[in-house]
Amino acid sequence: MTDIKKPFSRRKLLKSMVALPIMASGIAGSKSLFAKPATSEINTTGLAVTDDTVQVGILHSLTGTMAISETGSVEAETLAIEQINEMGGILGRKIEIITEDGASDWPTFAQRARKLLREDKVASIMGCWTSASRKAVLPVLERENGLLYYPTFYEGLEQSPNVIYTGQEATQQVLASLNWLYNEKGVRSFYLVGSDYIWPRTTMKIARIHIEQHLDGASVVGEDYAPLGHTSFGSMINRIRLRRPDAIYGAVVGGSNVAFFRQLVSAGLDGSNQTLLNLATTEDEVLGIGGENVEGFYSSMKYFQSLDNENNQEFVRAFKARWGEDSVIGDVTQAAYLGPWLWKEAVERAGSFDVEKVTAHSPGIELNQAPEGYVKVHDNHHLWSKTRIGQWRRDGQADVVWESDLIEPDPFPEGYQ
Amino acid sequence: MDYSMQDLMAITAMQGFAGLSFFSVLLLMALGLAIIFGQMRVINMAHGEFMVLGAYTTYMVSTLAAGLGPWATEYYILLAIPLAFLSAFLFGMLIELLMIRHLYHRPLDTLLATWGLALIMQQGFRSIFGAREVSPNTPSWLEGSWRPTPMIDIPINGMAIMALTVIVTLGVVWLMYRSRWGLRVRSTMASREMSAAVGINTRWVDRLTFALGCGVAGIAGAAFTMISSTGPTSGTLYIVDTFLVVVFGGAGSISGTVVSAFLIAQGQSILEFFLGSSMAKVTTLLVIIAILMMRPEGLFKSKVRR
Repeated sequence: MTDIKKPFSRRKLLKSMVALPIMASGIAGSKSLFAKPATSEINTTGLAVTDDTVQVGILHSLTGTMAISETGSVEAETLAIEQINEMGGILGRKIEIITEDGASDWPTFAQRARKLLREDKVASIMGCWTSASRKAVLPVLERENGLLYYPTFYEGLEQSPNVIYTGQEATQQVLASLNWLYNEKGVRSFYLVGSDYIWPRTTMKIARIHIEQHLDGASVVGEDYAPLGHTSFGSMINRIRLRRPDAIYGAVVGGSNVAFFRQLVSAGLDGSNQTLLNLATTEDEVLGIGGENVEGFYSSMKYFQSLDNENNQEFVRAFKARWGEDSVIGDVTQAAYLGPWLWKEAVERAGSFDVEKVTAHSPGIELNQAPEGYVKVHDNHHLWSKTRIGQWRRDGQADVVWESDLIEPDPFPEGYQ
Repeated sequence: MDYSMQDLMAITAMQGFAGLSFFSVLLLMALGLAIIFGQMRVINMAHGEFMVLGAYTTYMVSTLAAGLGPWATEYYILLAIPLAFLSAFLFGMLIELLMIRHLYHRPLDTLLATWGLALIMQQGFRSIFGAREVSPNTPSWLEGSWRPTPMIDIPINGMAIMALTVIVTLGVVWLMYRSRWGLRVRSTMASREMSAAVGINTRWVDRLTFALGCGVAGIAGAAFTMISSTGPTSGTLYIVDTFLVVVFGGAGSISGTVVSAFLIAQGQSILEFFLGSSMAKVTTLLVIIAILMMRPEGLFKSKVRR
């Protein structure tokens, strides 16, 4: 187990010192915690590791459409790495960041990943956001034997030995929230809406199967997709009104999100008279949509900025201190923050930076002090995590109204494909 | 599921309004381009970015107004729209002076240059306003809906955009077809040499026409903050629809643009109601392509002499 410690918290520092002897005996391969292992021992594959440093890549879109979403991830990964460095780095090596810009363009992602792995020889990459960028990088990772920590909640149906998925896969997000709507809100008729690309389509396929086969008496009364970037939802909203669903179940993303909610509310469907749960609305999006337009609606995520626990308060404080008081932290931002910590733990368990050893030691890693609470790496490289339902407030934060038990990740759900 | 007569009436009314609302959005987007592309034959790929410029101006005004007190946040939009026009107008003028005027006889180069300009403006927005999307607070009198009957909800922001579109369209039509300046613009487009010979300063006509088109785009941007959010790359979402309307209508005539926006909007929103958004878009595009194959000049033939 590892603790995510804040450098300046005296109480935590004391706790960790108490833990030191136990950890020292627990970590295989490290002769002593205070003598650094020789570089030749911990790096047999020619990675960019010296006696004092280790290089890590951050690969996100800093420009282009996706920069809106990916900026938070870059900030979270940078923060985590800085905190790890303040604690002395990994195996006595300070982490150096090489930032590359994927520019919202999938071939560019692949090319930048190749550069990071071939020329820079980075020990791991924190990066990618959309499924399309991950799919573009995947063959490069597998050929060059790189390691990627991927932060976004996504559609599942993938499991690569070279990727650790720190966000939720579809079933974790979807099944729990559907059950909640069915049991707690008494929803019997669902209207599915989404943006038109792989993630919403796959997600809604799972949702439809679950509603029709596993929720007794529930039905899907409509299913609609809008092109990415669509901004006129008048007709879609009328279609929805005509069917009068108990709940609208949405996977509308990006700029469309804003137009969708605003038009829904100005058409007289708001949190007071319509149950709506959108999967892709995080604090980041609400900033653009405006709290008054999502007030009373729901989202299903593993993390909300308002989560009331000590780890999260500490995380939010550190994040704001580093990136400004006005920053908001969404689900993916928090998942991105886990990447460097999971990697640190895996490297220390393996006693090596070699990718094969790190991935071999990854399953079973537990983080007790993640902002979202306890998480554990599954054999399938995804995380065990809890799913929460948040109800949006006018100020752009969510009240967590329900929390699941720890859910096992299941990227290839049987009976749902 | 069975519906009562009243349900169907209500849906028909709201659906009709959805079509009209989409029509005014399309028309507002396309007007500026109709002026620039229609009158000057300049393909302005940065048109969407001029809209975004107007939207960010609105955002800035709303941020400043928030510091002044509650009355300011209610009515800032009335000041923001003229300012959005002004900022896009002045920036358009500057761009004409620095770039466009050197490229008048090279349409393909204009295409490339304005596309480059679009990329530069996007990165400029990103550097100044950040990568996240922003949206100004909607004044409370523009929120919510009007209910003539308990079953019909007509969005107020939709009506506001419709009213604005009517005003801007009438303004543009008056300028182009009823004012002295419009006469000079049209004569310059008909024959540049002759116009110059009778004493029209054609350089200024070009500059003002381009700036006017950009200014109208700025107004569109300001209006769209009521229905959608603004990010550095929002302009790329608008540009395709905008060109579609102008090209389909037949470049060179404002009435063509109005008719084309109306047909596309009504067609698409009716299809959307029956087929869903994605299929509606596909079908609309196919129909437009088919019509353009038969009528390459668009619905209304241009009266510009080549």
